[in-house]
Amino acid sequence: MNRRPLFLMSCLCFGFAFLYVPILSMMFFSFNKSRLATVWGGFSFQWYGKLFANDQIIKATVLSLKIALTSATFATIIGTMAGIALARFRVFRGRTLFTGLVTAPLIMPEVITGISSLMLFIMMAEWIGWPGSRGFTTITIAHITFSMTYVTTIVQSRLSSMDVSIEEAAMDLGSKPWQVLTDVTLPIIFPAILSGWLLAFTISLDDVVITSFTTGPGNTTLPILIWSKVRLGVTPDINALATVIVMVVAVGVALAGYILHRSEKRREKDIQMAIAANT
Amino acid sequence: MTYGVTGMLRQWFHLKGWRKSIISIPYIWLVAFFLVPFIIVIGMSLGVRTSTSPPIGFAAEWPYVTLENYGRLFGDSLYVRAYLISIYNAAIATALCLLLGYPMALCIARSNRSWRNILLMLIILPFWTSFLLRVYAWMGLMGSNSWFNKDLTAFVNLFLPASQAFKFIPMMNTNFAVVLVLVYSYLPFMILPLYANLENLDGTLNEAAMDLGSRPYQVFKDITLPLSMPGVIAGGLLVFIPASGELIIPTLVGSAADPMIGRVISDEFSAARNWPMASAVAVALLVMLVLPMMVYSYFEARAQAGQDGKP
Repeated sequence: MNRRPLFLMSCLCFGFAFLYVPILSMMFFSFNKSRLATVWGGFSFQWYGKLFANDQIIKATVLSLKIALTSATFATIIGTMAGIALARFRVFRGRTLFTGLVTAPLIMPEVITGISSLMLFIMMAEWIGWPGSRGFTTITIAHITFSMTYVTTIVQSRLSSMDVSIEEAAMDLGSKPWQVLTDVTLPIIFPAILSGWLLAFTISLDDVVITSFTTGPGNTTLPILIWSKVRLGVTPDINALATVIVMVVAVGVALAGYILHRSEKRREKDIQMAIAANT
Repeated sequence: MTYGVTGMLRQWFHLKGWRKSIISIPYIWLVAFFLVPFIIVIGMSLGVRTSTSPPIGFAAEWPYVTLENYGRLFGDSLYVRAYLISIYNAAIATALCLLLGYPMALCIARSNRSWRNILLMLIILPFWTSFLLRVYAWMGLMGSNSWFNKDLTAFVNLFLPASQAFKFIPMMNTNFAVVLVLVYSYLPFMILPLYANLENLDGTLNEAAMDLGSRPYQVFKDITLPLSMPGVIAGGLLVFIPASGELIIPTLVGSAADPMIGRVISDEFSAARNWPMASAVAVALLVMLVLPMMVYSYFEARAQAGQDGKP
């Protein structure tokens, strides 16, 4: 029997066209000679040249990368802790509130998270005089808060699908709980932690709404810069910038996929060799 | 090496209760930077607007708080209308995502293993590229002199008498544009949970039904669809909830006359500098989003309990 009938295949093709045509069209028009972003006027690389000569864009990119690296790292550390607490510590005081606090940022509309963070920073400045101005620190704190819960979700689900008997075996062999965590649990869930970090990194790098509320004058991240330009309409230099970003992301994702695939294969091979050696 | 810094750390954690610090660090962080800000928002929604900086204060005499902002919320048709438009747009977008995403997820789940990973990768790839730029890509397509608009206009005009023919289709800054871009942006959120669910369905059930003489659409209606309901609900929530609070899409491609609620919150806060009102609108939006989820999880828990109770 044909498991993929014509109807399903055509829906899939239509869906992929729907997903990719806008992006491809945007990339195509980045090579447009004309100032009008949507009317073809001949082939040109001029917008790319202007892009790389633009200090503002370079500065914003550097700031975005700094914030994303810092916030993803802290979000991964704190988020992993929360994931371990939820998956391994069955009972502790305030667990219900903790579970709520971990899931709430996932459903909170970004505009509300943004406004509430800004209000917090303003109130703190009134009461304790910190933060004096908004910028790198405030953006990073807000990003950590909402991306750590994604890390927690990933780590928690990996831990609950993991075989507890390995940890129990280590305990039986005399490991302290803390040793079990560092020597057994963390290495096993490392791929989950890594994908949590990647997700936190991209969320931070991509964020517009929360950043726009928690940033101050002079601290423009790349998405905020794009946001302020895009609100004025479609321009070919944004098309060029978008093309560069899409290409970087596509290459990055393909590379990460390739590395993951290879390490998986190597692990399978190791396991098979271990089995073969034991029989 | 073990007796170096790591050894000391281990010693410290062992003595002082590392377990406690693993719980308390994320706990304190979330309370300080998520719960407290939200309580501030609730507090502000009960305050009054002032001309000081920050533009907020409380009433001078007892009970100091006021429900005036919530009164305006229900009294002023602007807000009621914005809530209704948000729910309407998000609901239509969710339904369209389901209509397009379900067959896509089913088709991917039924592909062979090597194809499956490639197709999934192609679904996820746009998700990794910037959300903002995906919305921007549609701004380029929908503009009145873009190739897409011209082709679409020509196509629509085929069905219209020459006297009523369009010059172009007015797509930008309409609710139609908002729904279209919502579907585009959130489609992967519908496909992924559906795929995860459909992939785990037991294929032998389908074969058994076919062997017993069911027609393909009957198999789908009686077996696949009911079994995939958890995936449908998960995908539906993942699309509906962020879509109804969306700010970027209505700001870039939506109409200013019929704003969605996210845009109303942002405008009240930044342009009108009416922080108490923005807070009240935000609290009401959250209640609107959380209530159906709580009702759903209540009934799910009851159904679960009912199933467990059976002998």
